[in-house]
Amino acid sequence: MASNKLAALVEEDRVHRSVYTDPEIFNLEMEHIWEKIWVYCGHESQVPKVGDYYTLQIGRQPMVMVRDKDQRVNVLYNRCPHRGVQLCGNQSGNTGNGFVCSYHAWSFHLDGKVRAIPLMKGYEDTRWNKDNPDCSMRAAARVESYRGFVFASLAESGPSLAEFLGDARVAFDDICDRSPVGEVEAVPVCHRVMQRSNWKFFMENQLDALHASVTHQSTGVSARRVEQRVKDEKGSAPLFFHYLSAFATSFDQWDSVQTVNFPNGHGILKAYMGLRPTDPDTVAYEDLLRKAYGEQKTEEYLSRSIHHVLVYPYLSVQSPLQQLRCLRPIAPNKTLSEIWHFRLKGVPDAIYKRSLWYFNLVNSPSTMINADDLENWTKGQWGLESEKAGDWVSFHRDHGRDTVEQGVHYSNSGTSEVVMRNQFQAWKQYMSQAPAPNKAKSPETKEAA
Amino acid sequence: MSEMRVKEELGKGVVIEAIESMTGAESIAPDHMGRGSAPATFYVPSTAVCSPQQRMEFENLLYLQAIALDAKRWQDWMDMFTEDGMYWAPSRPEQTDWELEPSIFAEDRLLMEIRMGRLMHPNAWSQAAHWQTNHLVGNVLVESLTESTAEVYSRFQMMELRRDDVRHLGGSYRHSLVKVNGQWKIKMQRVDLTNAQAAFDYVIQAWV
Repeated sequence: MASNKLAALVEEDRVHRSVYTDPEIFNLEMEHIWEKIWVYCGHESQVPKVGDYYTLQIGRQPMVMVRDKDQRVNVLYNRCPHRGVQLCGNQSGNTGNGFVCSYHAWSFHLDGKVRAIPLMKGYEDTRWNKDNPDCSMRAAARVESYRGFVFASLAESGPSLAEFLGDARVAFDDICDRSPVGEVEAVPVCHRVMQRSNWKFFMENQLDALHASVTHQSTGVSARRVEQRVKDEKGSAPLFFHYLSAFATSFDQWDSVQTVNFPNGHGILKAYMGLRPTDPDTVAYEDLLRKAYGEQKTEEYLSRSIHHVLVYPYLSVQSPLQQLRCLRPIAPNKTLSEIWHFRLKGVPDAIYKRSLWYFNLVNSPSTMINADDLENWTKGQWGLESEKAGDWVSFHRDHGRDTVEQGVHYSNSGTSEVVMRNQFQAWKQYMSQAPAPNKAKSPETKEAA
Repeated sequence: MSEMRVKEELGKGVVIEAIESMTGAESIAPDHMGRGSAPATFYVPSTAVCSPQQRMEFENLLYLQAIALDAKRWQDWMDMFTEDGMYWAPSRPEQTDWELEPSIFAEDRLLMEIRMGRLMHPNAWSQAAHWQTNHLVGNVLVESLTESTAEVYSRFQMMELRRDDVRHLGGSYRHSLVKVNGQWKIKMQRVDLTNAQAAFDYVIQAWV
């Protein structure tokens, strides 16, 4: 039954602050969003050899992604069915040809099926025996992969991965199509940065074109100054200066960029990042693509106007630069971000170096960009935790001025808050299955009081 | 009644001994070995012959560099590098090539200048919150030394205070020094952060 109380927290043009702060609502999100929908686990190349594993959280559930003997990638609950001890104790590693529990040596095959239990005679005539499926590790209900990117769903039924992703799957096409063999591999360095804010701050921020030249003013201005000096001295400046100086552009420029907002809360911030310079490395690389795909396809692949693709509610993909940030919410005010870079197969080092600069300057733990974003989100979280300073978060900008065609919202200005409005429509849809929270004050009762 | 039974039971039993047989875990899974993570690559420095005066000169350089950071004298800090100097904090201890692998920092003088310009900009919003660092540098070893080049290894511990929070960063420095106009300058400073593989709470705003 739909929860009127929850639905009342999300209006078309504003939302109640409690959806960012309330622990009970956070738990409902974990149950009714994260632990049902398709969640990104990782890339197949993170576990190349049999027994390689990578641990991750899906909602509140500790999971492990592991390479099986038949080369399949399984996603299992990282938990021994005997007494609940986690089987993989490191973030990643190799578990040999099975899992062995460190507590009582129960062992399991790489698909989670129980292999051996010590002193089995102790279980004779009990209801706990090897034929009982509860004696095996539990597996994620569904696992699917799209172009090497592995997703799992903890719900037995629901939309397929293709249905869930919809048009947002262009994120993965745009990454892979830039390789002449159509494939990438994960660079084995995952930067992890803790955000002291609700996961929604990050998702809203990623397609928020208005914030860039405000929040990142200091870095943009400083980079532009150095870039200009190098240009004056040498005639041209390396491309990577532009990654930072672009943040110093005007409101009008950002307003001219369009966002495309899909069902399920996914979306794209357009704007091409100027990645087709005419230096010899780029020319040679584009020739490789033409040989592989022909002129027409190559042009299509290289001229997609994408800055970011969002897969709601947890992925921000910068596909032209092969980078991805994945959220793992921990608490209403705590979110872990996992930051990955992918390397195009069959492409010269020079092209990798170009995207590596962006990874180092914008996505590393010493980022000169996110330092100010994280500060905003922390202060935002504190502001919304205040019970008396105001109840509503405003998403009124350009409300009613967007073009809607077949469920897709096209903004008519880059700074339209249709991005957030669209995300909350998906949130409302997912949460319509959730029961009413007990403690959360509904806006009506608060206003009446 | 039960008291007597317990007493009787406690009077008998076996003694567990370490015996030459497979342990419980080995018997159930002989391939149990090899599940641990690979040992982290730890750089073990070497030592070179070095006079106490020379050694003191290098120690002073390290201490002055640490003070420049704590005092936020960014230009002084930058001026300790050669014109082609690099500041590099790899993501993993085994990394050897900053141009082909993701780094935490990989900055030449121009990028240092951008970072300094940002830190000093009046609207560097994240700088509004009071923050301060306290570096300690020690375990200094001179690894190699010629007339005009030196490799100096050290370890550091840094406390950072931001608003009401305190965090600790620690690791090793490897300074590759060259003599320019009679003065030692940093050609490459490698910083291996012990924190690198754990999640960072917030980010690192200035050089460590």
